[in-house]
Amino acid sequence: MTSDNDRRRGLLARLRERPAARSRGRRRLGAAVRLIAALMLAGGAYTVFAPGAQAQDNPQLTGAAAEGKALFDVSCVTCHGRNAQGVEGRGPSLIGVGAASVEFQVSSGRMPLARQEAQAHRKPPVFTDEQTRQLAQYIQELGGGPVVPEGDDLREDGNIASGGELFRINCSQCHAFGGGGGALSSGKFAPSLHPATDRQIYAAMLSGPQNMPVFGDNQLRPEQKADIIAYIQETLKHDQDPGGFNLGRYGPSTEGLAIFLVGIVALVFASLWIAGKS
Amino acid sequence: MKRRKFDLAATPGKAAVGVDDRFQVATPLRKLLNKVFPDHWSFLLGEIALFSFVVLLLTGVFLTFFYEPAMTEVVYDGSFAPLQGTPMSAAYASSLDISFDVRGGLVMRQMHHWAALLFMAAIVVHMLRVFFTGAFRKPRETNWIIGSLLFWVGFLAGFTGYSLPDDGLSGTGLRIASAIMLSIPVIGSWVTSSIFGGEFPGTIIISRFFIAHVLLIPGLLVALISVHLGLVFKQKHTQWPGPGRTNNNVVGERMFPRYALKQGGFFMVVFGVIALMGGLFQINPIWLFGPYEAWVVSAASQPDWYVMFLDGSTRLMPAWEINIPLGDGYVIPPLFWPTVVLPGILVGLSTMYPFLEARHLKDRKSHNLLERPRDAPARTAVGAMAVSFYIVLTLSGANDVIADKFQISLNAMTWAGRIGLLVVPPLAYYVTYRLCLGLQQHDREVLAHGVETGIIRRLPDGRFVEVHQPLSASNGHADGHGQLDYVGWVVPKKMNRLGALGPAIRGFFYPIEKPVEAPVSPGHPPVEARPEREEIGSGESRR
Repeated sequence: MTSDNDRRRGLLARLRERPAARSRGRRRLGAAVRLIAALMLAGGAYTVFAPGAQAQDNPQLTGAAAEGKALFDVSCVTCHGRNAQGVEGRGPSLIGVGAASVEFQVSSGRMPLARQEAQAHRKPPVFTDEQTRQLAQYIQELGGGPVVPEGDDLREDGNIASGGELFRINCSQCHAFGGGGGALSSGKFAPSLHPATDRQIYAAMLSGPQNMPVFGDNQLRPEQKADIIAYIQETLKHDQDPGGFNLGRYGPSTEGLAIFLVGIVALVFASLWIAGKS
Repeated sequence: MKRRKFDLAATPGKAAVGVDDRFQVATPLRKLLNKVFPDHWSFLLGEIALFSFVVLLLTGVFLTFFYEPAMTEVVYDGSFAPLQGTPMSAAYASSLDISFDVRGGLVMRQMHHWAALLFMAAIVVHMLRVFFTGAFRKPRETNWIIGSLLFWVGFLAGFTGYSLPDDGLSGTGLRIASAIMLSIPVIGSWVTSSIFGGEFPGTIIISRFFIAHVLLIPGLLVALISVHLGLVFKQKHTQWPGPGRTNNNVVGERMFPRYALKQGGFFMVVFGVIALMGGLFQINPIWLFGPYEAWVVSAASQPDWYVMFLDGSTRLMPAWEINIPLGDGYVIPPLFWPTVVLPGILVGLSTMYPFLEARHLKDRKSHNLLERPRDAPARTAVGAMAVSFYIVLTLSGANDVIADKFQISLNAMTWAGRIGLLVVPPLAYYVTYRLCLGLQQHDREVLAHGVETGIIRRLPDGRFVEVHQPLSASNGHADGHGQLDYVGWVVPKKMNRLGALGPAIRGFFYPIEKPVEAPVSPGHPPVEARPEREEIGSGESRR
């Protein structure tokens, strides 16, 4: 009966009951201890969850990333800012773009940029492969993001037939059926794919540089990317044109030029020759 | 028994007599073989079109042996590895087989395509010659109209043929064609669904285009070309004015043997140029375009050059949509104006031009003599205006390729085309008109004063004048000037052109005859070599 009664009165009632039996001094001491414990708990939780002021100044960078930061502070900081957070009107933030983006932009010479214009052009790269890797490592450790798989040959076991189909669906509307590139609005353009390496094409698909959309692994699976790279590298770049000189693979516009510059010019000379023989 | 002697030399004559005994063809044939054609290089441009049409027929027949005009879906298993296992239409698969698995198929396909481009290019060049020399004037207006129609029928032949391989590029063109048909008010949707047999692309369009391309359109072309040539025979060819040439005669070479031999040779040259281009230059690489799928489109998708002006007009057209609040609302899309109305106006203007000009000039006479372009400045300027209009549109049709390869903004190209389309033709009119007047004036000047000799003479009073060689004797004119009328032909403007209108030394690559000794005019003693001058010095000996 009593235990039943106790249970019904509840825990709070019993707690309230107890101090009454204690002395006033012990009660005060207990309150102070509880207060200190609560404060320590709150402070401790804050230190655990809040970013430390010290962590921002001295991130735990690996050796390569530290080297990359040194390069970044010399060559990239003007436009991308001190911590790659971007500078308004000059360059975008690099937090979260990943090593793939750095590898594409730096290894193709697009970065460092020569001047601000509609779009960066391909140039001879400024940094060596080693330096590019270090920069990529630095950006990767700053904010994470997509990474190109290891190795130089990313088209292993790629199926060129399926790659061709994927290329025509996903790539040819900007890069054209021959991979020679094409114009976009206001001075922007899709570049020619002919100088691009396997890694650069893979990195471009992963990171979507400039005006290119991102083709993440859920849009094009890694093996589909390998198919596309195989089609570009083996069919578009290494295939001989069976029909002779390809006129730049620009389609009917250069063919129209050729019929006038070669066909009509040759035949007008022929008619001058024939009519001159009278 | 006496052995009969076989006289080889008499055989053709005997055979001819035999034929004439049976068919009585000597009289009409003699008239035909003796027909005279005037000779000028520009009269051969139309033949380029005729001969490339012959090449088109020959190569086209070869292609039909292997082409399968069906849209049934097959899986490709030919020898082009990058497309193996791809589902595609039978038409595309058989075009790939022609390119890769039929012996000589690729060169035939390429020759056919190059010959088509050359056919259209030669038609245009020939048309420009006829226009700028005034050869379309009475009595030849009908032939001008037939010629203009030949361009548009050739345009249809080209478009249907371009669509037959059913590749990604031509399918894009076909989609645009269906959109153009749809844009026609009121009847658009009926036209499209009757041509395509329902919705685009349907399953019948390739078979329909095939029969149009190999039977209907070539038949129409053959008919029009026959009438065209028949009228040239009947109405006789025009000729340039010159010594002995009048409005009522034809000076030139007989049909047989010289003219026929020349034409036979020229056919071989045209065939050779087409074969060389078919073998050396790749055209329409359909294996790169892939099969047509509605979701596939490539950058730089252009039609062949003679359709490109319509692509250009579409690219330049602002997006002006006309909404008519009738019933549920009716829309005339902006595509209607540059692709239906503009070609309609162009057909009307170009075919009616001979009548418009005659009406404007109140000219009802027959003209068998050509006019030099400079002698009809207004016509030449109008022609320059039309050509520049066409060129701006054609360049705009390729404006994405130009923008990309020359690194120009595509938007700038579009605006340059829009402004250029309005500004360049009037400018071309003005500049051409002034050029014609300037050339006319120079002709009259030479006729009046003679040819510039390059000899500068100093007069006793210290003035310098250039000596002119008059073209005729002075005939008692006090100033030494003769009076010569302009006859509408080349006026010699250089000393070595005097006395002969043709080149002074004959031959194309090297002289075929020894150049005659320079004639010595009795009035001008031969120029002696300049005496060696002594150096003018200070008089002191340097040594």
